[in-house]
Amino acid sequence: MFSWFANPHRFLMLSSWLAPLFYAAAALLIAWGLWQGLWMVPKDDYQGGDIMRVMFIHVPAAWLAMASYLGMAVMSFVWFIWRHEVADIAAKAIAPLGATWTALCLATGAIWGKPTWGTWWQWDDARMMSVLFMFFLFLGYIALRAAMDTRQKAARAGAILAMVGALNVPLIKFSVDLFTSLHQDASVITTEGPKMAAVYLWPLLISSVGHSLLFAALVMTLMRAEIWTRRAAQSRARLMTGD
Amino acid sequence: MTPAPILSAFRQALGEAWAGGAGALLPVGFFAGAAVLVPLGVGTDPETLRTIGPGILWVSLALSSLVTLERIFQADAEDGSLDLWLQTGAPAASIAAAKTLAHWLTAGLPLALLSPFLLLMFQAQIGGALLENMLYYAFGGLAFYFWGGVSAALAATVRRGGLLISLIALPLYVPTAIFGALAMGDGPSSAAAPLFLAASTLFALAVAPFAMGAALRLAAD
Repeated sequence: MFSWFANPHRFLMLSSWLAPLFYAAAALLIAWGLWQGLWMVPKDDYQGGDIMRVMFIHVPAAWLAMASYLGMAVMSFVWFIWRHEVADIAAKAIAPLGATWTALCLATGAIWGKPTWGTWWQWDDARMMSVLFMFFLFLGYIALRAAMDTRQKAARAGAILAMVGALNVPLIKFSVDLFTSLHQDASVITTEGPKMAAVYLWPLLISSVGHSLLFAALVMTLMRAEIWTRRAAQSRARLMTGD
Repeated sequence: MTPAPILSAFRQALGEAWAGGAGALLPVGFFAGAAVLVPLGVGTDPETLRTIGPGILWVSLALSSLVTLERIFQADAEDGSLDLWLQTGAPAASIAAAKTLAHWLTAGLPLALLSPFLLLMFQAQIGGALLENMLYYAFGGLAFYFWGGVSAALAATVRRGGLLISLIALPLYVPTAIFGALAMGDGPSSAAAPLFLAASTLFALAVAPFAMGAALRLAAD
């Protein structure tokens, strides 16, 4: 199955119609989710009143922060084992987008946290800390790739780092949980998950799917740009040598 | 496969520690200097210093490891020793582990040995806890040096890779820093924290050499 996807030509064919489709679907779903979230659903005073509406961006961003790191690590693994170029192109494309959504998650979380918990940043909230370290993992990955002088070296170094990072994520998560369970602040309202009313759940799910589709479409666009850049470089090299 | 290249890497790393004049005193000086700056910044209230002292030393230890690790594999990649070692067929992971271990012995362990004196300067009470903490710094430092070694190996061919090494290593240092700080506190999980610290260090010892080995083969290309 990997080999079927590993063909750049096949990827270009597939993404040429899949990416626009995803963009359109994402626009519809995000618009619907925002309309529901910002205007239709009742505000929840227990979660800070109207500010809780930021949830319809914050939660999709948090989901994508985690999913994108996992995706990058899996793509790195596939490239490292089978050396399928498309997998490396995907890992390279995911990194800046994953970092963006992770930053979005941190920013919306801080904006939500200030009026609700009275602070922009809570050092003993396990999820904030985990997401912050995930953000640093993304930054390190991007910086390492940028520092390498050839594409092959960037791919290899990036793959090693992404896999080491993925192995460490559970350990980081566990240590942060242990750290924060020590002095859990009562003012921190933790999860709204299981008790959430269906009126919030639907827009949230739709919004999450919309963000995921937008993410996937952007990844495909970046990958297409990378493939065309490489082809252009090859053509230029061929012209220079006069073949 | 013979152990010769691994031993050679180990001996060379020990020898490098004494090269360049001040030798193994340099990391000690950096460690103490970084720690001593803190009371100048936060004030000299004894109660505050006693609370933050152990944490300051963890941060100083992490910084020292990052600063001293920058060149550990770079020089080998430049002068060709790395190619020679790999040509003998010795596993790159073992060479990397030997080098990192030697580096920890010369640049990490002395810092742990110094820690009781610095903690006394931070108003700690004389007692068995000082020796216990020394053990935690030694063991946690081992994890710092091994994860730092991974980023140093990845950046071995990067000019002025110091900042890059720090950025990569920072998230990998988190579990050790947290378990170490918890082990020295008096919270409910401080009894279990030393075990977690030991476990995360053993995890580093098991995983990091292979990542370093893969990165060194990349640097040798």
